Amino acid sequence: MSTTASTEPVQPSGARDASAFLEVRDLHVRFPTDDGLVRAVNGLSFSLQPGETLGIVGESGSGKSVTSLAIMGLHKGSRAQVEGEIWLDGDELVSMRVEEMRRLRGNKVSMIFQDPLSAMHPFYKIGDQLVEAYLVHNDVSKAVAKKRAVDMLDRVGIPSPASRYHDYPHQFSGGMRQRAMIAMALMCDPRLLIADEPTTALDVTVQAQILDLMNDLQKEFNSAIIIITHDLGVVAQMAQKLVVMYGGRVVEAGDVRDIFYRPEHPYAWGLLGSIPRITGGGDRLKSIKGSPPSLINLPTGCPFHPRCDFRDKVPGDACVTDVPELLQIGGTPHAARCHIPSPERQRLFTEQIKPAL
Amino acid sequence: MTTTSTPKSTGRATAFSERTNPVRGEVLLEVEGLQRHFPVTQGIVFQRQTGAVKAVDGIDFQLIAGETLGLVGESGCGKSTTGRLVTRLDEPTGGKITFQGADITHLNRRQMRPFRRDVQIIFQDPFSSLNPRQTVGTIIAAPFDIQGIKSEGGTRKAVQDLMARVGLNPEHYNRYPHEFSGGQRQRIGIARALALRPKLIVCDEPVSALDVSIQAQVVNLLDDLQDEFDLTYLFVAHDLSVVRHISDRVAVMYLGKIVEIAARDELYNHSRHPYTHALLSAVPEPDPDAVKRRERIRLTGDVPSPLNPPTGCRFRTRCWKAQDVCAEQEPPLVQIGAPGHLAACHFPEERDVV
Repeated sequence: MSTTASTEPVQPSGARDASAFLEVRDLHVRFPTDDGLVRAVNGLSFSLQPGETLGIVGESGSGKSVTSLAIMGLHKGSRAQVEGEIWLDGDELVSMRVEEMRRLRGNKVSMIFQDPLSAMHPFYKIGDQLVEAYLVHNDVSKAVAKKRAVDMLDRVGIPSPASRYHDYPHQFSGGMRQRAMIAMALMCDPRLLIADEPTTALDVTVQAQILDLMNDLQKEFNSAIIIITHDLGVVAQMAQKLVVMYGGRVVEAGDVRDIFYRPEHPYAWGLLGSIPRITGGGDRLKSIKGSPPSLINLPTGCPFHPRCDFRDKVPGDACVTDVPELLQIGGTPHAARCHIPSPERQRLFTEQIKPAL
Repeated sequence: MTTTSTPKSTGRATAFSERTNPVRGEVLLEVEGLQRHFPVTQGIVFQRQTGAVKAVDGIDFQLIAGETLGLVGESGCGKSTTGRLVTRLDEPTGGKITFQGADITHLNRRQMRPFRRDVQIIFQDPFSSLNPRQTVGTIIAAPFDIQGIKSEGGTRKAVQDLMARVGLNPEHYNRYPHEFSGGQRQRIGIARALALRPKLIVCDEPVSALDVSIQAQVVNLLDDLQDEFDLTYLFVAHDLSVVRHISDRVAVMYLGKIVEIAARDELYNHSRHPYTHALLSAVPEPDPDAVKRRERIRLTGDVPSPLNPPTGCRFRTRCWKAQDVCAEQEPPLVQIGAPGHLAACHFPEERDVV
């Protein structure tokens, strides 16, 4: 890898990436509230190819879920102010009307929510909830739709799917509900699947089953997946590309191996240092001081500066006054948003951070 | 930060003024054959019991003063119920709990009160475990009021010292829980548990609701407090990485039973029970290359219902080694390998899965 940082910002300028299946360009999402304007997402850009998995990691309040709702068009009709462009397979979603969006939702794009108990309707049978989306998007008879639903339940590993079709959500265990939810999301063969913390509520053994299932289904359908999580273990296993968000901005982006083995942003260093390892001992964890910022009063300059241990590496007060740009590192897709020059960051990582991980 | 002034016991708590401090290495708490069956009833006026959820079904372990025992398992395995039984927030339906030589299994509320000074609990959810209508000061001072303890310099000073010790700003004494973030609330819960200088703290999933960076802060805080106040922890959690980090010994539970218990490194590197293997191999490691290298044991199906657990070995319905004997005889928890390493399996096998 080259050590010279190019000065090319990753911010979109000019033509869009024609090959990308999904491209988010300079997305802003703000919520006016009584306490002030909540700036949940501030200039987010990324792109995704078919068959690829993108991981979005960040702490609560970093804007990751708000981004996924924006792609699904679920902010439409709320007070949220959404700006920027989201291109999905040639269609622009931000300016799209709700009726048009509805034709895509569940069909071309679908979503797996974190908590299957609250995302499913308790009064309707699992099967009926699966069939509903299929009937909306396909002109088929109920019997065909039912057969499809039973097939899907079978595919995600629900035992005796034909009889389970008639169960209510409360009759399923947590892992089975999450499987049913995946089956529901896959009913119409979506080209893009957004999984928002799909396994956070599950036990590790069930989590492993669900992640395997998502991998298998992706291979089969060649769909693009966005997996949103705070669990670095899950993205290490699932994603090829990774975006680290902090305070509504991307602070580091790149290939999954770039971010796990050559991270350049102090926040990414902090995250990697603060997770206890299953292989590790009882050494003290390197926690990040302070707590995540309020999105109403984002810190000026780099949003991470109040918690950063490396501010003294930047001359003057640049960290407090200027927002650093997301700059590519040596012409690779790897990019970081930090005022410290890239060679210096690489030196700091190898000398100070890596030995302690 | 200096430690808080030692609370002086007066009034109601005099009977307990001769609190004996546990010696490191002594048995602080002993649990024998502990059982908690929740009755399942039918009928409205005349209720008859039709079954029982065997949440905890005969477990034995000892807690040594100064150590941290991690208790891990999937949801519904009875680990949280065990924590509640040990703190006597719930009454066992069988077995015996001995704390510093005294039998506390069936003590009533009043008899239990002196022991509450010594045994405290930190709850999982920092949002529901704090009264939203009380200020932080009132919440942390509650243990002093209930036990009738006066501190040097007054309760307020003792509370503010505690707040400073757990990393809260003492000036926030009069704030309400909703004004704090999740991590800060968990610190309030820790300060409350710490107020009376307990000997044993049951930590019931204390960090699972927190963000990773905050989780590390709280884990470090619990580590520091243990050294400073000679605490013994029973650390109940489902996150095996956190448990490895904080525990000295680890017990693995499955459907109300302990299936394996060993010293930390012994358990993680030389586990013998197939369930422990499956559990450890399922942990996603934050290392993309290691993920591809590691062998994963895929368990099929769900945990059976504790209403009607399988005969013999409870894990046999999901176990790839199960044979006829597993259905007929329940494997006893016996020593295998290093001293103190117990496992309950008919076909134990050492396997390094981490």
